[in-house]
Amino acid sequence: MSVQLWTLILVGVSFAWYIGIALWTRAASTKEFYIAGGGVPPVLNGMATAADWMSAASFISMAGIISFSGYDGSVYLMGWTGGYVLLALLLAPYLRKFGQFTVPDFIGERYYSQQARIVAVICALFVSFTYIAGQMRGVGIVFSRFLEVDISLGVVIGMAIVFFYAVLGGMKGITYTQVAQYVVLIFAFMVPAIFISIQMTDMPLPQLGMGASLADGTYLLDRLDGLNQELGFAPYTNGSKPIVDMVCITAALMIGTAGLPHVIVRFFTVPRVRDARSSAGWALVFIAILYTTAPAVAAFVRTNLIETVSEKNYTEMPSWFSKWEAAGLITFTDKNQDGRIQYVKAPERNELSIDRDIMVLANPEIARLPAWVVALVAAGGLAAALSTAAGLLLVISSAISHDLLKKAIRPNISERGELRAARIAAGVSVIFAGLLGIYPPGFVAEVVAFAFGLAAASFFPAIFLGIFDKRTNKEGAVAGMVVGLAFTVVMILLMKTDKLFGLEAPFIKNVAGISAEGIGTIGMLINFLVTILISRFTAPPPAEVQEMVEEIRIPRGAGNAIDK
Amino acid sequence: MAKDHHAYWKKNLRYLVVLLSIWLIVSYGFGIVFAERLNALRIAGFKLGFWFAQQGSIYLFVALIFIYVRLMNKLDKEFEVDEL
Repeated sequence: MSVQLWTLILVGVSFAWYIGIALWTRAASTKEFYIAGGGVPPVLNGMATAADWMSAASFISMAGIISFSGYDGSVYLMGWTGGYVLLALLLAPYLRKFGQFTVPDFIGERYYSQQARIVAVICALFVSFTYIAGQMRGVGIVFSRFLEVDISLGVVIGMAIVFFYAVLGGMKGITYTQVAQYVVLIFAFMVPAIFISIQMTDMPLPQLGMGASLADGTYLLDRLDGLNQELGFAPYTNGSKPIVDMVCITAALMIGTAGLPHVIVRFFTVPRVRDARSSAGWALVFIAILYTTAPAVAAFVRTNLIETVSEKNYTEMPSWFSKWEAAGLITFTDKNQDGRIQYVKAPERNELSIDRDIMVLANPEIARLPAWVVALVAAGGLAAALSTAAGLLLVISSAISHDLLKKAIRPNISERGELRAARIAAGVSVIFAGLLGIYPPGFVAEVVAFAFGLAAASFFPAIFLGIFDKRTNKEGAVAGMVVGLAFTVVMILLMKTDKLFGLEAPFIKNVAGISAEGIGTIGMLINFLVTILISRFTAPPPAEVQEMVEEIRIPRGAGNAIDK
Repeated sequence: MAKDHHAYWKKNLRYLVVLLSIWLIVSYGFGIVFAERLNALRIAGFKLGFWFAQQGSIYLFVALIFIYVRLMNKLDKEFEVDEL
């Protein structure tokens, strides 16, 4: 059977499965729509969180980025996992005890102010929309490359599926489909990784295979360091970024993860405070399976790639080469007219350019794995993109129907009215996100990476101090969020003027070695400083708010809090 | 009624400080700041600093969360603030 037929079958079967689950788990109340009724078992919630969290970027792009950047790519591995420690230890249990529906709910109540709630809603909407556009785009790309349909048609199919189960099932439908999507995506990621690990190192576990030796007895990583150096690249296992930048980028990604509303809200769905803690642990276990495999895949595929193409005759390239060439993702220009491929660091002699996104997608083909494995990767990429898109949609719809409509504009709205509003908001957002996917503004990819810095610089200090410092008041928190966010946005704009506005060079290249990706860490520190200072010089929060803080620090009684 | 919420909170904070220090030292310390120096040591084909950055720190993150879960479940019971 051909790859295309296999893809059609695997994608069709997995989609039918998601729709079946959606029909079986319809939401009947706002509590079910926003937080799945608060009754999701912690292990399943962990699995759903993992699927929610791992987007098209984790599945498709990350291993490719690491493959090309070697040690420097570690910022993504540590940055996108370490945040769960902060979540489990510092935020999730207390937010679960607080026991309402959304992150703006917490900010609004803790800082006793509509103003703070509105600032939080705006941050949540901004972060979620930039993110979701990237997901829909990912859906379109997978469809177009594997099934050879138009990207726009691919996005429309993806929109229809998400629309169906997000609008019908709300958080309840999303949670259980995400569990299924996790199973699909992890299977799709692991099968080719295990195949290749055995092929190259005789070691079935890629995590160990990465440190094992090749058939000729040299260690894989030593061989890769050597290959890289021969071609003029830095050794794979050595870094080239300044240490201060590595630290700041990692911190921005970690703290940003802990501040992302679509991740935090997942911990409102478990029955008890202790479940919120362990659920974060389970989420990280399920994420770690992929995140410890990805660097192995990155090292395997780079070694494979160099050995397949370097100094080889162009006419003897395998079929995947011309396939991705036709898609415009590999380009070869024979600069010295010798008919062979020179893949080297020096730009004037290098003849090959490779889009990093194809490393995972083309990986099974480069390693000559069977057609069904190639097709599996397509189904996995779709599962990763759809599950993240659905989780984000829920944050958007609850921000509109709950935080804006119910809590700010029409407090008397009935339960049924709010549920209808939530469904309409979800429906409208699906269409809007789809349009962003079909007509992406040029800077979407750039902006998605900065969403973390923005979340770190705005939400994290407000939530953290809201729990751990009773003295933090409304004036401090609002000023901190505004200053942290504004600083980070302005600095990113200044450092990215070339990419965002088409100027020749950015206004400033970096701040003391810290790049735009890491600047959110500085924004967060400024936020902390401003919040603490202003809080100390203004009136303390009212007594009932201080009591509430005392209350959320104690697990007992969480079951009742949810029915408020 | 519960024994002493203040003491419970203090003990929780102590756990947090210890666990987060380990978190900080291993990921930012071993994985980034001292990675270059640790690379002189090896386990199998891995240079140690590189291993901490791409594998070791992730395993440690998982372990830290489950250690905290255990400690807190015990502490909740001890101070009678666990959920019934």
